[in-house]
Amino acid sequence: MPMAGEKGSGRLIVIAIPYLWLLALFLVPFLIVVKISVSQDILASPPYTPLLDLSQGWAGLKDYVSQLSFDNYFYVLSFDNEFIGAYGSSLVIASISTVLLLLVGYPIAYAMARAPRSIQPTLLMLVILPFWTSFLIRVYAWIGILSQEGLLNQALLALGVIDTPLEILNTDLAVYIGIVYSYLPFMVLPLYSALEKLDPTLLEAAEDLGCPSARAFWLITFPLSLPGVAAGALLCFIPAVGEFVIPDLLGGSDTMMIGKSLWTEFTVNRSWTSSSAVAVLLLLLLVVPIVIYQNIQARQLEAGK
Amino acid sequence: MATEKARTQTIGAVRRSFAPWTDPAATPLIRFDNVVKRFGEFTAVDHVSIDIYEREFFALLGPSGCGKTTLMRMLAGFEEPTEGRVLLAGQDLAGVPPYRRPVNMMFQSYALFPHMSVAENIAFGPKQLGMPKGEIAGRVAEMLKLVKLEKFAQRKPHQLSGGQRQRVALARSLATRPKVLLLDEPLGALDKKLREETQFELMDLQMDLGMTFLIVTHDQEEAMTVADRIAVMNNGVLVQVAPPSTIYEAPATRYVADFIGDVNMLECKVESCANGDVHLASSVTPAPIEIAQSVEANPGDTAWLAIRPEKMRISLDAPADMTRNCFTGEIWDIGYLGDLSIYHVELPCGTPISRAWWSGRFPGKTRFSSPSRRAPAWS
Repeated sequence: MPMAGEKGSGRLIVIAIPYLWLLALFLVPFLIVVKISVSQDILASPPYTPLLDLSQGWAGLKDYVSQLSFDNYFYVLSFDNEFIGAYGSSLVIASISTVLLLLVGYPIAYAMARAPRSIQPTLLMLVILPFWTSFLIRVYAWIGILSQEGLLNQALLALGVIDTPLEILNTDLAVYIGIVYSYLPFMVLPLYSALEKLDPTLLEAAEDLGCPSARAFWLITFPLSLPGVAAGALLCFIPAVGEFVIPDLLGGSDTMMIGKSLWTEFTVNRSWTSSSAVAVLLLLLLVVPIVIYQNIQARQLEAGK
Repeated sequence: MATEKARTQTIGAVRRSFAPWTDPAATPLIRFDNVVKRFGEFTAVDHVSIDIYEREFFALLGPSGCGKTTLMRMLAGFEEPTEGRVLLAGQDLAGVPPYRRPVNMMFQSYALFPHMSVAENIAFGPKQLGMPKGEIAGRVAEMLKLVKLEKFAQRKPHQLSGGQRQRVALARSLATRPKVLLLDEPLGALDKKLREETQFELMDLQMDLGMTFLIVTHDQEEAMTVADRIAVMNNGVLVQVAPPSTIYEAPATRYVADFIGDVNMLECKVESCANGDVHLASSVTPAPIEIAQSVEANPGDTAWLAIRPEKMRISLDAPADMTRNCFTGEIWDIGYLGDLSIYHVELPCGTPISRAWWSGRFPGKTRFSSPSRRAPAWS
């Protein structure tokens, strides 16, 4: 039995490390944000109240709890403010982007999985290649491409396709282009890994049983790639909802996204408390798809047994 | 019990008289006509011509990489021949896609659709052929009954055992009632006992359905058990096509003799050859070797003598007739297998170790302590 105990404590330490990491760097900061979100703004440093004074002991804690309020949440969720619109618009933009990403990413992943084995590592590296340049710089580069005097307009004008420059930069279209471009690897990689695992003899079997290959795609390939579709969609959808840099740099003044609103609330309005509330609500909004994703994964694991 | 026996006898009788390949008027169902398949520089199938007849259980046998699977895949439509033609019921299959060929394949990996239940897997083929819904349900039920998996209709493939998966794959490939069923190493993933049972089930099934089965296997016992005729292939070349008994008793080449069953090979010189009687001389024994086998040979030719282990007798004392077909040797090892024993015998004059099977007579190893000088005689 002491042997088992020793083994157990060793395992416990190994398991504990990532949990401690998450606790210190995710849960604790998040609880601080939650705490700020139920406080009130004041002009001071820190710019919110009440503060928890642990030296007062039990009385201090009671005092603290009695002063907490959910006013910030009511403020954020009130229809007089832009936040509800921004949440909605973020969800819409993220959803449309995810669909676009699927439409662009699926053929790429499919072609990669069907390519000769020897060149697949190269193709994979090409997909990851953009990561070698900073995300911010790549988004800036799109300004150079999409602006009135940008590369795209100049090329189209030179070719005589258009007479007047297209207005793409600072519109929702630019935001879609930016999101689809930036998130494409996150869509392609899980799709590729799902399609690459697909046993090609399944397609031969389908064809052998009288099913032409186009139909076999919808009956065999696509259903079996659904876990990859789900993984890719959620990997893109979740960060896209909270995206700040892309709408800020490429979007127009009327592009509403919650990340941008949060930034404005924090830096311009200088309200720590209400921006914390925005952040907490955003997280709650995203927990739903994350839970769905985990459910799918668990089911996958179950099926794989 | 009695009827069961009677039925087996009838089947046996039918099998014995079934030999359309001997009838020059019979037209083959499948014809490989001088088929060549090259992959780049590599020739996988080299000028192979085979005729396979309706209701025949035909085996393509050979080591892995001999081209047998490629040959089958050309019939299924997954590969096109580089040269030559593949004909099914007189029709050239060139350019006909797999989904239009009335040929179904049971894959080595079974290739069951993992996201579909057993019933959906079986219904896949009939559905693709546009069979009405009610009929499909009937066909699926019939197939499930055929492979005795009625209770597993709603299971997914991953919830089945290997043997059950094999049955689903079989049912799925039979559900469209194809003209020919192709079986690619169908029993490779099963354990020995289940494999033997399934071999007999496959034979019964083929008889009952009256279908043409083409099986690809590297397992010579499997081919011998199930097939009416066997085609032995090596390095893309067809070596011999014949019923199992002919393949075993009269192999066409050294390769076939060596590949099918256990055999002892001895290099000999042809002394005389007349009226189907061949006299051979070998350095391993002073006694002449006489065989009754119709072989075309000239005196002085080098010949290879293949002796099946079970055709040899071993005795401690010299046999009465030492004038022909006998060797003297030393027993090195005895492997006791129960129903038979394997004797490793070394012949004098530096000849390689020879093997002999022998069952009965000497129970256990007590009488022979190895190594000891004994006389294995062959007759």
